[in-house]
Amino acid sequence: MDVAAPAHWTLLEVLRYRMGLTGSKQGCDKGDCGACTVLVDGRPELSCLTLAALAEGKQITTIEGLMPAHVAAGGEGADPVQDAFDRCGALQCGFCQPGMMLSARALLNGNACPTKGEIKDALSGNLCRCTGYTQIIQAVELAVAEAAGVEPVSPAWAPHENPWRSNGTAPANETTER
Amino acid sequence: MAARDKHGVDAPWSAGFQVVGRPSRKIDGLAKAVGHAVYADDITLPGMLHTKFLRSPHPHAKIRSIDTSKALALDGVHAVITGECMPIKYGVIPWTPDENALATDKVRFIGDEVAAVAAIDEDTANAALELIDVDYEVLHAFLDPDEALTRQDPQIHEQSEANKKKRGHRGNVSKHVDLEFGDVDAALDAADVLIEDEYTFHGTTHAAIEPHCALAQASPDGLLTVWSSTQITHYVHRALARVLEIDASQIRVIQPCLGGAFGGKSDPFALEFVVAKLALLTGRPVKCLWTREEVFYAHRGRHPMQMRYRTGAKKDGRLTGVDAKILIDGGSYSSFGLVTTYYSGQLLTGPYDFPAYRFDSTRVFTNKPPCGPKRGHGSVQPRFAFEVQLDQVAEKLDLDPIEIRRINFQGENTQTVNGQRITSNGFMECLDEVERASRWKERRGKLPRGRGLGVAGSMYITGTNYPVYPNKLPQAGIQLQADRSGLVTVFTGGNDIGQGSNSIARAIVAEELGLDPMSVRVVAADTDLCPVDLGAYSSRVTFMVGNATIDAARKLRKLIVSAVAEAWEIEEKRVFMARGEVFDLESRNRRITTREAFHLAEERYDTLGTTGAYNTPTLGGDYRGGTIGASPAYSFTAHVVEASVDEETGRITVENCWIAHDCGRALNPMLVAGQMEGSAYMGIAEAVMEEHAVNRFGLHAGPSLLDYRIPTSVDTPELHALIVESLDPEGPYGAKEAGEGPLHPSIPAISNAVFDAVGIRLTHLPFTPGKVLAALRAQRSKNLATPVGTGGA
Repeated sequence: MDVAAPAHWTLLEVLRYRMGLTGSKQGCDKGDCGACTVLVDGRPELSCLTLAALAEGKQITTIEGLMPAHVAAGGEGADPVQDAFDRCGALQCGFCQPGMMLSARALLNGNACPTKGEIKDALSGNLCRCTGYTQIIQAVELAVAEAAGVEPVSPAWAPHENPWRSNGTAPANETTER
Repeated sequence: MAARDKHGVDAPWSAGFQVVGRPSRKIDGLAKAVGHAVYADDITLPGMLHTKFLRSPHPHAKIRSIDTSKALALDGVHAVITGECMPIKYGVIPWTPDENALATDKVRFIGDEVAAVAAIDEDTANAALELIDVDYEVLHAFLDPDEALTRQDPQIHEQSEANKKKRGHRGNVSKHVDLEFGDVDAALDAADVLIEDEYTFHGTTHAAIEPHCALAQASPDGLLTVWSSTQITHYVHRALARVLEIDASQIRVIQPCLGGAFGGKSDPFALEFVVAKLALLTGRPVKCLWTREEVFYAHRGRHPMQMRYRTGAKKDGRLTGVDAKILIDGGSYSSFGLVTTYYSGQLLTGPYDFPAYRFDSTRVFTNKPPCGPKRGHGSVQPRFAFEVQLDQVAEKLDLDPIEIRRINFQGENTQTVNGQRITSNGFMECLDEVERASRWKERRGKLPRGRGLGVAGSMYITGTNYPVYPNKLPQAGIQLQADRSGLVTVFTGGNDIGQGSNSIARAIVAEELGLDPMSVRVVAADTDLCPVDLGAYSSRVTFMVGNATIDAARKLRKLIVSAVAEAWEIEEKRVFMARGEVFDLESRNRRITTREAFHLAEERYDTLGTTGAYNTPTLGGDYRGGTIGASPAYSFTAHVVEASVDEETGRITVENCWIAHDCGRALNPMLVAGQMEGSAYMGIAEAVMEEHAVNRFGLHAGPSLLDYRIPTSVDTPELHALIVESLDPEGPYGAKEAGEGPLHPSIPAISNAVFDAVGIRLTHLPFTPGKVLAALRAQRSKNLATPVGTGGA
């Protein structure tokens, strides 16, 4: 796709203000928060520190691109990472999460079974102010567990029944009902 | 008169809860996940101009003159405005209106707004700012609250004659509160042990990841529309009407999807007035997105406090009295400061019974970014001081720190020493939970040196009994609409700021009408479309909007049930609604879908709509200020923190935090857990990483997310959310708050864990490696001076 923009514009500005792809967020505009993270040829990059001209010829994936890619690959609905974030409550205000989910997607593309430490490391460039990261990490673990067909770990707040077991209660069921 | 009825704690239908009480997806979760959710800066309007602010380079100065002519002449600039176009002052608290959207006569901190430019793009607006000439007369700047307490000249804000005569108003005082309950001096005299110490809380800020953003559009027929990243649509609406001198009926305020707030978006802000004024002046839509640096200047974060506490106790651990003296650094404007000053004392009187209590709190103005309400408004600081002091009392009496908290538990259905009504209270169960989960009994005091466990408790309000401006109107209103499509639409003024209040409204309607939550939609925080709600602050939304929603849903249910009963010619009590169907309890084969039932009701009653409301009962102590801190219900929390201390580097690592929180009924336990974890994370960060500091020139020490160090995923400890449900008699199905209470104990629990780990008492925040090393050095010199075995006094 060709876009005309001033030479000093960043990739984030072009995505948001020229192409209408407002899913990528601006939290600091100087590379501190990670809310603007997009995938450049599959690698997570800060679009607020990337001159738009440097993205020429590269494949850019924004948060808006995950669901269409998943559907095009034969899946249904949102990308499993996006769906797991929703099911685990990881989307409070949701502002940092497009960048967070793209970092998670890039991690899982390269490593289908990351450890908790690897998940934390992969997400450490994305600041979240709402969740304390717990439900975010649980979401990534849930996506990993479901892809591997194993039972996800139950959270501390649900001592009696694992809410994310595939035959468990609400969040998982709701998906199938849809 | 709004409904003050109690709706009970039970499920509306005999089959038990179908939606409430289960973890379920948020109403907007997938929209946020796939990038569809629209936040303020995602909105672009045709022909839109962009605004930039000129800010003061001086902490305190008079403005002699401003010349905007060169800026206005720049190509692409459509308007330049200064304070004289909006001279009416405002403030979120109606008693202290001391802010102008743009400075009129003086500036009060580095970053104070002086002028604003509307231009075709941000680059042009920034270039125009460079062309504005301001002539300042620099004044003495107050950066030290102690100086502001005593020095009168110059005044940051001119004091009224009445205020000048008040006791305690000798310097640059913003608010002074001195209240005593019982005879504190006698109570402390009667104590077997008395602990006296000083505590410091530094400043911290909210740092929501979305910077503040506002847009405005003025239509030729006089209607002004403002979109803003606010958590208080209603107060912004009122403030715009006041400052712009436009009838409120001609202003529409909309809160789009909001990227975090934590109290940092609960004042009316300069950008809202400025985009509105510029839209009116230029005839074009105008947007302003603050930079991250500007968000740090806007601040309204947690007040720094210097606190001295004295606590007396009997040998058995029972408290006799508590005495507090607090100096609060308010920064340059009042914001919520009047309330903060009261809260610094009023919210400490639980979960422990204080036989006697006194606090003397003074908030002063200084020439720094204005402080305001941050998650746990006004009470996080005194809670830190007191919970550390309580540990000091336990140490002196050789009592287990959890045990001393049990000994002093105030109980349920009681009254605090300052006259606040306590109903449900699950604090003891919270203590039990953290004791069990942390394996406290096996591990506390027994871990190797360098690692320890610490406990702390707290209580917090679930909304305030009185709105910030006095009125007898409902605090929360709801409208419901249902029609033959089977859809119910909820209209609420409540602000969903990510905490999930719209999801809770949906869950309640689904529960009451036996619907799949997917058949309920929520329209929120739009002053044209929604009934008034006061906003997302003081943890009021689940409780108040929840009760109003039950009220409206039961009225709608009555219409549906009666229409069906009439059609079927049966008694109403036989009509049952569940899982999207309506059936006859005595003849289960007779059933229709809820959609068909809505059709019947629409035929019988015409267009279907109901309203609901909530207002608080009359509560509070019978004295001046006795209503501040009065809440229809209080939440209770206990934390145990496991921390390790590196004695070489002085670095504290929080390894685990067990969070037990009594939220009444957990309407959606997944969302409750998210609030608990997010709260604990934020408290821990305030203790060991964050500091909102201003340097000796009055300049912010590091207005960026690199310098202001908020934790990443690798910095955050393991957080264990343990939900305790006490079922409050007045909460919606028994629910109370969960968004702020669970922040409080994390900070003192860290200090108490460090004491268990290495035997030092950290009483001055933040807990930097330097302070830890200094305390360890002091401990070593003391140990050398008093060799083991020679005894003390």
